[in-house]
Amino acid sequence: MAFDLEEQLDQSRRVGFFTDTSICIGCKACEVACKEWNHVPDDGLDFTGWSYDNTVGLSADTWRHVAFVEQRKPLGHQESGVGDMDFRWLMASDVCKHCTHAACLDVCPTGSLFRTEFGTVVVQEDICNGCGYCVPACPFGVIGKREESGLAAKCTMCYDRLGAGEEPACAKTCPTDSIQFGDLDELRERAERRLDQVHAAGTTSARLYGHDPNDGVGGTGAMFLLLDEPEVYGLPPDPVVTTRDLPSMWRHVGVAALALLAGVAATAWYGGRK
Amino acid sequence: MITEPASQTDVRMDGSAGLRGEREATPGSAGRRRERLMVPKADFDSYYGRPVLNEPPWQAHDIAGYLFLGGLAGASSTLAAAAELTGRPRLARVSKVGAMCALGGSLYALIHDLGRPSRFLNMLRVFKVTSPMSVGTWILSAYGPQAGAAAATDVSGLFPGLGRAATVGAGVSGTAVATYTAALICDTAVPAWHEGFREMPFLFAGSSAAAAGGLGMLAAPLSEAAPARRAALLGAAVECAAAARMERRLGALAEPLKRNKLLRFGEVLALAGAVAGITAGRRSRIAAMAAGAALLAGSACTRFGIFQAGMESANDPRYTVQPQRRRLAKERAERDLT
Repeated sequence: MAFDLEEQLDQSRRVGFFTDTSICIGCKACEVACKEWNHVPDDGLDFTGWSYDNTVGLSADTWRHVAFVEQRKPLGHQESGVGDMDFRWLMASDVCKHCTHAACLDVCPTGSLFRTEFGTVVVQEDICNGCGYCVPACPFGVIGKREESGLAAKCTMCYDRLGAGEEPACAKTCPTDSIQFGDLDELRERAERRLDQVHAAGTTSARLYGHDPNDGVGGTGAMFLLLDEPEVYGLPPDPVVTTRDLPSMWRHVGVAALALLAGVAATAWYGGRK
Repeated sequence: MITEPASQTDVRMDGSAGLRGEREATPGSAGRRRERLMVPKADFDSYYGRPVLNEPPWQAHDIAGYLFLGGLAGASSTLAAAAELTGRPRLARVSKVGAMCALGGSLYALIHDLGRPSRFLNMLRVFKVTSPMSVGTWILSAYGPQAGAAAATDVSGLFPGLGRAATVGAGVSGTAVATYTAALICDTAVPAWHEGFREMPFLFAGSSAAAAGGLGMLAAPLSEAAPARRAALLGAAVECAAAARMERRLGALAEPLKRNKLLRFGEVLALAGAVAGITAGRRSRIAAMAAGAALLAGSACTRFGIFQAGMESANDPRYTVQPQRRRLAKERAERDLT
């Protein structure tokens, strides 16, 4: 995969990830590269028994997470080689979606979360006061609050590397190019082409996730080719940015506040002294 | 039901293979048959039953405590203004002092909950209408000094003109303090909070009025507490009606709300306190104080219950996945029809 530096850094361009899970081999090199490059602290060593996944999920201290799903289903026309049993092993490297309409950014009360010149969403550590509002705002369960520092943390799409003209550490290290980095428009076209190819090869369960600019978050900056329903990988099937309903919420709050004022006034002016 | 999420490997947690107890199982021998479900449980997939959302990093005693104290402060200021303007100085005074104490508790809870309490002033860097927490910070910044001035001038007797202006100002802005917290929790991806956004402001307004009425009944003399008694009754009725409507509208998503004991207990306390207040509480000071205490406790239970139910809905992938699946299925059906 060629990555043309000069083109990507054009201010008007938005960059992103296309994670093609059909060629992920579950090596977790992305998890390691991310931790190394971004100095993400360790978050415990637990044995979960969930196939090869002991990382569990995205959090303040996990910015790439490889999911492993074992299923007794066939993979395309493939012979599993496990007797008569059908078997497929799904692996997918999850990451912050860098949403077009990012709830974490919308609800941040300090302006710590901001949209970069690359169209990504980044936490400014020196501004964040650890209110934690971004955590329940995220419909994907990506961002978290660090215990030690008390600050919110998540994938920055390697903001420092982008500034230096490098691709993010996870994409750079991915040995199969399951994680592809590039111009978002171009990635979207590539994803469509790849989907057609995978469908033609017999894996009809393949679908794209996050590629549609008309979805509830306006499309994501990190899209995926999945081989099963999103929830099988721990992803929400129809995520919606919570602030889409906020104008209506404010209207309801306004009416309730006026009703409270009128109601309390009525209790004092009507009904007599007793 | 979570569909067989566990790994289907034959290798066990300790690394050994074999020793499969189920080979020795005798079908149909394990105890009496349980009652059969007439409606099959809805099926959905998840990643090993793990929540889709990350749990809000909020402590119940801070955030649910703030929902209660903020509501009490805001509505007490409104009640204080109404009492002062209708010539009930003692009800006004206890409500103003109560509002200021509750405001102090609110600020403590809010700052204590921050990961970096020393940076709480960073909230004042920006004003963002997209962030209810930002809007709330500015509402509190407008309300706090007025509530403080109202209480201080009343108790000290200094600057009565300024005190009157601050009382009215706090009374009006107090309604925003008591209700914006609904937007604060509803503007999240937490299913039970977000989907309840139409009723939550009314539930909170009612609960706040009930708490402020309770405080007035607890601390003000019988001769002046009539507005407090009526506010408590009105508030408790609105709170219960809003909760009932929310639970009906949310369908399956209302389960965490319906089975929450604190929420039910809060409703019982609020209604019992309000009814006792308007009956026995008109004649007996002791009864009024008991009813007032029940109303305050009821409002606190309601807020902690709402908080717990939201946390529960965030921690179960079913409440994230199933409503989204239903939404997608509905959209698809509508598309197919046209």
